[in-house]
Amino acid sequence: MLLAEQALNGLQYGMMLFLMAAGLTLVFGVMGLINLAHGSLYMTGAFACAAVAAATGSFWLGLAASLVAAAAAGALVEMAVIRRLYARDHLDQVLATFALILVFSEGTRWLFGSFPLYLKLPASLSGAVVLPGGLHYPLFRLVIIGFGAAVALGLWWLITRTRLGIRIRAGEADREMIGALGVDIARLYTIVFALGAALAGFAGALVGTIQSVQVGMGEPVLILAFVVVVIGGIGSIKGAFVGALLVGMTDTLGKALLPGLLSRIWDASSANTVGASLASVLIYVLMAVVLILRPQGLFGARG
Amino acid sequence: MQQTLNRDTAVNLAIFALLVATALGAHLAGNGFTVTLATKAAIFGLAGVGLNLALGYGGLISFGHAAFFGIGGYITGILASHASTGTPVLSLPFTVMGSNEMLGIWPMAMLAAGLAALVIGALSLRTSGVYFIMVTLAFAQMLYYFAISWPRYGGEDGLSFYVRNSFPGLNTFAPIQYFAICATLLAVALVFTAVVTQSRFGLALQAARQNSQRTVAVGIRPYAIRLTAFVLSGMIVGLAGSLYADLNRFVSPAMLSWHMSGEIMVFVILGGVGRLCGPVAGAALFILLEHVLGGISDYWQALLGLLLLAIVLFAPGGLIGIVTKRGRHA
Repeated sequence: MLLAEQALNGLQYGMMLFLMAAGLTLVFGVMGLINLAHGSLYMTGAFACAAVAAATGSFWLGLAASLVAAAAAGALVEMAVIRRLYARDHLDQVLATFALILVFSEGTRWLFGSFPLYLKLPASLSGAVVLPGGLHYPLFRLVIIGFGAAVALGLWWLITRTRLGIRIRAGEADREMIGALGVDIARLYTIVFALGAALAGFAGALVGTIQSVQVGMGEPVLILAFVVVVIGGIGSIKGAFVGALLVGMTDTLGKALLPGLLSRIWDASSANTVGASLASVLIYVLMAVVLILRPQGLFGARG
Repeated sequence: MQQTLNRDTAVNLAIFALLVATALGAHLAGNGFTVTLATKAAIFGLAGVGLNLALGYGGLISFGHAAFFGIGGYITGILASHASTGTPVLSLPFTVMGSNEMLGIWPMAMLAAGLAALVIGALSLRTSGVYFIMVTLAFAQMLYYFAISWPRYGGEDGLSFYVRNSFPGLNTFAPIQYFAICATLLAVALVFTAVVTQSRFGLALQAARQNSQRTVAVGIRPYAIRLTAFVLSGMIVGLAGSLYADLNRFVSPAMLSWHMSGEIMVFVILGGVGRLCGPVAGAALFILLEHVLGGISDYWQALLGLLLLAIVLFAPGGLIGIVTKRGRHA
């Protein structure tokens, strides 16, 4: 029973990581850009949701606002800064986006203050449902899993079945060529960046609802999303999906089960501390193993 | 060429002299606080010099050097706290006692940071480009979470030790004497970097950055060269971490955080990538900005961010690039 609940938690965590990693991997695959400020867009979405939900009283409007605000912030940042970085090396990209994090974090602190904000779930989404087998599980976490699955399906449809998807894939393969074929690359890049930003903002709003909305909430998730992208392979949405679920499951199950497993060997208190420490590094061990076996990631084409 | 080389040397000497003069002037004026600031700049400069070896000369964009900074710090803190309680750090397989002698602590800190750099580097260097950035970041983050979740040495709260470690013949508590120690080590590291980058090894390292395939064609294995540079770089940063721990008499997981990695990187970039004294100038400017901008606004990091953006977009050679009127060295 505990196992089923933790597996669902891992699934929900993985779905959130997927929303973050999808944008990162898309932006890297298409534009060749490493974007540290992705976590700031996640934070932007969360704050937009909290502010709008507080002002209007509607959680759904807040959720919509998170998408719009993060996409708008993403498009704005792309046009003002990111656009100048495509031709630069990765070092410049890392620094410029690190600088953007400072600006975003301090700007948000200035606007909203340092105290965490809390979002209130509407009655229709709160409470628990009884799953087959008699497990009580929070409805909202199931809804998040549903959102994640829907986004994954939607992205798959967008990339493989639409005209925009064809252009995105063509942009990954050869950017000069699609420019020569008459595709407005600058606009395509802005759209891809805004799309990634919107997904990050959406994830921020959902996670902000479970936990809290505060400055700096984006960075831990950003680093986990990096781990996901490294495991899955850069540029691959499928890789991001599989990697995110792997990381989500490993982290959640490791934290839930390791102390218990170790307590069969050691006494309870040392099993608890060692288990907690081990569980916190488990996903990085997973990453190291993937790197040793497949340096390009599970679904990565390039080395 | 000779002209610009001389100019670079003059700028390098001027930067170091300025740092020392600031500390001495402040000491004579009885301003211990400024001496401590200069010490901090020397320590951060040392960390930047270490990173510069991998980043500037080797082209290895490591976003995880906080790992080595933190390891150096934690080794110092752990040894010092065991020395004060008189308990051994390790009893099996051999006994390691705590220590409060800097001369004993530094090699341990550098050794531990070097070993960590060997493991992290050996794994990370299997990848390149953007993977390398993410992987080094992730490994540093792993140590960060480990430090937080390991309660033995303070966990999330960090570890304080109340007495600064000692150095034979000096009173390390006097700000100017501690500055002298840090500045001397910085000078040693600068000379070491200058010698190493001019050596056959250093030339091979820079060749591997500029054109890896050609390096292979002349019979040099870039992997071994890069790993060596990464380990040396980690050891220098580990030493800086040890000095920083002694400066504050406190270590915490913050020394291992990704923010620290970013800051060490900022020192290098602010000053100028691949310049000998670039990181020193960058670290000094960073400390200066922290105090000037920090006095103007609580949100000084936003201003720092805008300044960084401007430098990346419009002055990629950094501070020294502006002074010597040349673009990026590396």
